[in-house]
Amino acid sequence: MSKKIADPTIPRIPAAAKFQRWFGRNLIRVYMVIAFTYLFIPVAYTFAFSFNDAGKSNLIWKGFTFRNWQNPCGAPEVCSALANSIKIGFLATLFATILGTMIAFAIGRHQFKGRSTSNLLIFLPMATPEIVLGASLLSLFLVFKINPGFWPTVIAHVMFCISFVVVTVKARIASLDPRLEQAAMDLYANEFETFRRVTLPLVAPGIAGAALLAFSLSFDDFIITNFNSGTVITFPKFVYTAAARGIPAQANVIGSGMFFLALAIVLAGQFVNGRKAR
Amino acid sequence: MSFDASTARGDLILTRITKSYGDFKAVDDLSLTIPKGSFFALLGPSGCGKTTTLRMIAGLEEPTVGSIHLGETDITTTKPYQRPINTVFQNYALFPHLTIFENIAFGLRRRGVKDVDAEVNKVLNLVELPHLAGRKPTQLSGGQQQRIALARAIVNRPALLLLDEPLGALDLKLRRQMQIELKWIQKEVGLTFVHVTHDQEEAMTMADTIAVMNEGQIEQMGSPADLYDNPETAFVANFLGQSNLIKGTISGNDGDSLVADLYGQKISLPKSRSHATDNSIYAGIRPEKFRISLLNTPVSGNVLSGGHIEDVSYIGVSTQYQVAMPWGQELIVFEQNDDGVAPFKKGDAVNISWEPIFTFALRGDEDVTAGSEVNPEVLDEE
Repeated sequence: MSKKIADPTIPRIPAAAKFQRWFGRNLIRVYMVIAFTYLFIPVAYTFAFSFNDAGKSNLIWKGFTFRNWQNPCGAPEVCSALANSIKIGFLATLFATILGTMIAFAIGRHQFKGRSTSNLLIFLPMATPEIVLGASLLSLFLVFKINPGFWPTVIAHVMFCISFVVVTVKARIASLDPRLEQAAMDLYANEFETFRRVTLPLVAPGIAGAALLAFSLSFDDFIITNFNSGTVITFPKFVYTAAARGIPAQANVIGSGMFFLALAIVLAGQFVNGRKAR
Repeated sequence: MSFDASTARGDLILTRITKSYGDFKAVDDLSLTIPKGSFFALLGPSGCGKTTTLRMIAGLEEPTVGSIHLGETDITTTKPYQRPINTVFQNYALFPHLTIFENIAFGLRRRGVKDVDAEVNKVLNLVELPHLAGRKPTQLSGGQQQRIALARAIVNRPALLLLDEPLGALDLKLRRQMQIELKWIQKEVGLTFVHVTHDQEEAMTMADTIAVMNEGQIEQMGSPADLYDNPETAFVANFLGQSNLIKGTISGNDGDSLVADLYGQKISLPKSRSHATDNSIYAGIRPEKFRISLLNTPVSGNVLSGGHIEDVSYIGVSTQYQVAMPWGQELIVFEQNDDGVAPFKKGDAVNISWEPIFTFALRGDEDVTAGSEVNPEVLDEE
């Protein structure tokens, strides 16, 4: 490497201009740090207080402990509420993903009467306030003499998750080159084989993303669930009820756990996609 | 399946095919026979119906009227996967989620072929890319993807291979190389190739037979030399290379030749090259067939006198002259630069001469500009 020699004939850039240039280049980074701090402080707080050696209420820092993480089911009902949320989330995700993917293919790939109307109506559940949806669903179930509980909750969750699945999968289908399917048909694959070997694998990342979104929406939902679940306690319901008498630190453990699980899934997805693209 | 079209072999016969989209006829009453084993080109400007024709042969579109036969078998309404026909798509359409090996094996696996490995490796060697078997399509260059798309099609040994502007995305140098390679591979594997292109040079380099298409119909069909030397319409005369078309009338008959009057100057042309229906004609001469001479030089053959050089463009292998004629038309002349110097200057008074056999005659009511403004490849000539 050649040594840098200060050449007095080259005009120097004044320090103020240098700072201005540095600031211009790094402004976006500074902004990013501030934005992420704002976004992650609550998560960090939740995570930190999962290690709090709290008694009944987890509001004040009382000392560091691993006890909550060693015994996440320590607080009464917390794990049964979690199990209910996971069960409902799994079933709602399954049905919403299957139905939503089918709708997305119908709207994205076929011309039929009422296509543009369906395209518009699919946004309706996303735009309706949850409180209205929850209340009207409850009265609907009662009209049909169905008591609130596990299955009505699943049905309600499927309903509001479908829209999100359709929108996500449709975007993926729109980016799919129709010539790939034509090429598959040209290479002796019938309609079913074409779908299985070409269309589905190429749309799969979109479907997986939609399923993750559906699960987190269902797992997280409080308002609609509160109307329709009757005596079934889900995790959000548990936290809400517990708030009156003091939220146990185990809720923070489960909350943090879910966060890291979601993060791990997203990172794994990025990794797999990155490998595929290479 | 009630019958199996996949074993059909023989000539491809299109009978009175029409494809309409509403009021628009993309293909209009087209009949065509493509002989088994030939390299056939469908040539025309964009929107002439050549790609629609190809898609109907592939089974990706169904004709509104008409039938398609492969040998004895009617394949008009069979599905693409039931036809022994494979396509090299314009943008290759390689499956991005599969490796190169699996892309090529795709058709073999669907047909249940036993020795997939050997077949794939054989065709990878043919296109000289065996080291890329494990890669994904996005990791390949355009030229490599082009060869893999070709390999993926020919590995199935189809009765017919369709190529939809397969070289359109490649740069000029690579395109030239692939033209030669494609021709070689066609001879090597002995399949029928149907090649769709808007590039007249590409069609002429590769094809045994060219069908020039315009507005959904075949304008003229023949060998490259036939089409170039003896075009039947102004569209063909202008779309394949350049032509000088001069208005005139047939004034006499002399054995195998006709005598024509072009603005008061008599020329002769072979009867076999006249496509006129009455005495009114356009006489056509290709620019490189003309010779330019100064007024006092003796000349033979057909002569048009009274011109003067309007413009001189030196383009390496040849010099292009524009010669203004007394009736106001500018003729284009290509002269080989045999001695390295352009012998004529702007403003020189000259005669133009040529051998009578190089003259063709078109109908006098033709649109002389047809096909000339739609050829994007003319400027590629260097």
